[in-house]
Amino acid sequence: MLAPGAPMSDEQIMNCHEFTFAGAALKALGSGALWWPDAALLCVSDLHLGKSERVARRAGQSLPPYETRDTLARLAADLAHTQARTVICLGDSFDDLTAAAAVPEDERLWITQLQAGRRWIWIEGNHDPGPLEFGGEHLQDIEVEPLVFRHIASDQAEGEVSGHYHPKAAVRTRGRQISRPAFLFDSKRLVLPAYGTYTGGLRSHSAVLRKLMGPKALAILTGPVPTCVPMPR
Amino acid sequence: MRIGARHRTGLAPGRRSAILPGMTTLPQIFHDWFAAKGWSIHPHQQQMLDRAAAPALLLIAPTGGGKTLAGFLPTLVDLAAGSHDGLHTLYISPLKALASDIKRNLTTPVSEMGLPIRIEDRTGDTPASRKKRQRADPPHILLTTPESLALLTSYEDAPRMFRGLKRVVVDEIHALAESKRGDQLMLALGRLQRLCPDLKRVGLSATVEDPAAIAQQLARHPDPCEILLADPGPAPDISMLTTDEAPPWSGGGAAYAIPAVLDQIRQHKTTLIFHNTRAQAEIFFHNLWLANEDSLPVGIHHGSLDRQQRERVEGAMVRGELRAIVCTGSLDLGIDWGDVDLVIQIGAPKNVKRLVQRIGRANHRYNAPSKALLVPANRFEVVECVAALEAVREGALDGDPRGRGPRDVLCQHILITAAAGPFDADALYAEVTTVGAYAALTRAEFDACLDFCATGGYALRAYDQWQRLLQRADGQWQLRDPRAGQQIRMNIGTIQDTDTLKVRLKRNRGGKPLGEVEEGFAASLTPGDTFLIGGQIVRYEGLREMTVEVSRNAAKKPKVATFLGTKFATSTQLSARVIEMFQQESWPELPAHTADWLQLQREVSRLPEPGRLLIESFPHDGREQTVIYGFAGRNGQQTLGLLLTKRMEEMGLNPMGFVATDYATLIWGLTPVLNPAPLFELDALQDGLETWLAGNAVMKRTFRASATIAGLIQRNTPAARKTGRQATFSSDILYDTLQKYDPGHLHLDITREEALRGLVDFGRIEEMAQRVGNRIDHITLSRVTPLAAPLFLEMGRVPVKGAAEEKLLAEEAARLMQTSGLANITPQPASTPRWRVGY
Repeated sequence: MLAPGAPMSDEQIMNCHEFTFAGAALKALGSGALWWPDAALLCVSDLHLGKSERVARRAGQSLPPYETRDTLARLAADLAHTQARTVICLGDSFDDLTAAAAVPEDERLWITQLQAGRRWIWIEGNHDPGPLEFGGEHLQDIEVEPLVFRHIASDQAEGEVSGHYHPKAAVRTRGRQISRPAFLFDSKRLVLPAYGTYTGGLRSHSAVLRKLMGPKALAILTGPVPTCVPMPR
Repeated sequence: MRIGARHRTGLAPGRRSAILPGMTTLPQIFHDWFAAKGWSIHPHQQQMLDRAAAPALLLIAPTGGGKTLAGFLPTLVDLAAGSHDGLHTLYISPLKALASDIKRNLTTPVSEMGLPIRIEDRTGDTPASRKKRQRADPPHILLTTPESLALLTSYEDAPRMFRGLKRVVVDEIHALAESKRGDQLMLALGRLQRLCPDLKRVGLSATVEDPAAIAQQLARHPDPCEILLADPGPAPDISMLTTDEAPPWSGGGAAYAIPAVLDQIRQHKTTLIFHNTRAQAEIFFHNLWLANEDSLPVGIHHGSLDRQQRERVEGAMVRGELRAIVCTGSLDLGIDWGDVDLVIQIGAPKNVKRLVQRIGRANHRYNAPSKALLVPANRFEVVECVAALEAVREGALDGDPRGRGPRDVLCQHILITAAAGPFDADALYAEVTTVGAYAALTRAEFDACLDFCATGGYALRAYDQWQRLLQRADGQWQLRDPRAGQQIRMNIGTIQDTDTLKVRLKRNRGGKPLGEVEEGFAASLTPGDTFLIGGQIVRYEGLREMTVEVSRNAAKKPKVATFLGTKFATSTQLSARVIEMFQQESWPELPAHTADWLQLQREVSRLPEPGRLLIESFPHDGREQTVIYGFAGRNGQQTLGLLLTKRMEEMGLNPMGFVATDYATLIWGLTPVLNPAPLFELDALQDGLETWLAGNAVMKRTFRASATIAGLIQRNTPAARKTGRQATFSSDILYDTLQKYDPGHLHLDITREEALRGLVDFGRIEEMAQRVGNRIDHITLSRVTPLAAPLFLEMGRVPVKGAAEEKLLAEEAARLMQTSGLANITPQPASTPRWRVGY
């Protein structure tokens, strides 16, 4: 655990892509989290915790029940590296409300530990639209000038940070196609990739994302070294 | 289908056999029928009748040798009296088309003799209403496939349906015996035998190298299985096609041979032209059509084509309307080959056994030799073909021993059992161990599979409330939710055709279906790209609801679509022969163009020698290539590929991927290999090997296949059926999660066991390294060598994810940003953030 205020190591600095959006100086972390140093704010989207429970309950399929702890482990690492004081979970944090209620005791405790000493904001998503039995604030959206955070991108966007679409971007090079979850952003809106372990994705060249993002949109691929490319269409 | 001189029912004129004491006499009506046709019974048909009381019989007979009737005579005789009610005989074949074909063949003698026997077939194509009726009121003889049988055993009314079952006939058992379909079938037979303890089993097989192994699989363990050998018929007539033009250095297309092939088509009635992959079949058909000035009717047939198209081609073939069919293994088995009098094999046969079985199909006149021509696609294949011909002449068939029954299929079997009703674990274990391939299964292994099926088998017990199976107070196991039975039935089968998308012509309301392509290929398409399918060039228009929409477009040069297809078994014997040939001073037995090509290889580089290791390095296609000519057989070369890429990654040489054949491993990467010796340091090779193997693409692919069969990943769900969407979970994510949090999980164990079948153990590599010692010949060149050229078009490339990928990504990203002009947008950051919250 880093001491508060300790600088990031070279490796950790490498593992993010700096960019400016709507006047804010932001960092896209390789894990898929958004880090805003000036606000000491970390934002993650679409955790979909409890997916394995929901799938077992609804589809009778038993997936390995480790996605919650895996997602929390990565979140804990990001919190340790950044020393964030505020955390925004940008919606669909739980796969559904029943799954939220069914989170086992030890993982529940872990979330509480991560919340300690921080301001924790749960934004409502379409999968988890309602009150959750977890500490922190439960909001539909929140403005932190110059940005506004909500789950799904709206029509009138200015400095909007949202999730929901689980965007991915693919780059071809020398006969290999590299496809990763990716941040998408243009002058008006920024869409975060899905952070949760058991989440799929939608390619940026799909109709819905092409329509959503402006012609000069960029994509930041997650991974060991986050990389920025023009959004593949 | 005409009888008479055609011998599809196997009623070929044989020797007149006298009835000897101890032989079973045919009932009069059968005698009269044979006599009316002027036929007599074959010796092996008589034997099958005599031995019908044996618990298991395996008949090895060539095609056209009356195999089918040999299998059915005891049934027909038994049923002739008309005293049996309900199901009597089950016939299983690997192909749906074969089942319908046999039904046709059997119906003729039955109706001509006026026997009171009901014969029906049942496959995925049978209409639902008929399927329902068959369960309620089964025919005397049911012809079906392994998957349909598994499905039938999953219903609660299975005991009633199979009540009077007396015999099971498994046709083309040699084909089933080498795949998981065979394992699933044998498990189902184990179930049937529990319901009908006196069940008799019969297997019909083509020539194989180890009949005893198949016999052991067929019989209920530990019953004996008699093997009957029919007259093998005359030796096959195989030779190489002589062409005016020389084959190229590399390539799989054999386009150079098309004029010679057309010539052969003109000289014969019906020719089958086999390819090793579906993509090659498409390209060849396309080029053949372009050169077909006489407009000879030629069809194309492979597994990725739409069913109706395939049926059209099959029908035309039977009616003798086609002069040639370009095909893949989809035509390999049993379906009526009509007047086929020539088989052409394009590209080296990847194993000799399959070649011999294939050509056994041509020219059904039982006493005339079957005729085949080999057409190598490139010069190396010329050498392989010559080696294969020698092997055929010596009668040296090859094959790898199968190993024990795979546990993923066992898991599916447990689920199928549960779908049919509550079961006792002890009884199920006893039943499973009567299956030859599972005879050595331990109780602990069985329990682990049962635990997986019930709870997922995770170290973390998370699913008590939602488990799939629960144990009742009386000890029996049952489905927790009876509706789960439907889902189990929807996912029965061991054939992997995941990751394919349907291709249709674009129309407002669902255009004509053309076939399927791999998802990876579809993902690489942009609108405007063209590719070949069903012999025509189509233009990619877009993806709609998981269907690839295309329009007809003959203009542009097509991309090569990739199709899934059967992976061929490997042959270590062939590669041993080939390296022997290389030691010759000259090659009078090879065509001049190939001898020259080998000579050229000697000049620019070297020819591989036993006892030494030849390694070539050169740049090609923007990457640094390294070829290791180990001649260790495909499994050995594949293992070598995994090991060497590990070393290269550790040494910072940025490997990107590799591909292995029987004789060489090709590795490509970003950095040239200047000195290969350190790559072979044994300690370094072994260190961290487990981790490397665990993270490799080979393991992940194996995991995906096996997790799908065992039910961890479900391809078909009721929801998907309605919307037509696949909701497949990424198997890579599941694999990584298990590796991290549950490394002892059953599936990882199953995956390792599966993957190792395609690899050799480290000991073999150690041996090889020790044998070679420091006799490594490393040749650095500036371009591709003759011997390396064919490797570049090999299928089955294994990607390596490592530092190379990040480097490439960074390069490409920089380039894209530069060309797009977006790299220079750097707006200035504003002031510090201010919170505005509506509390």
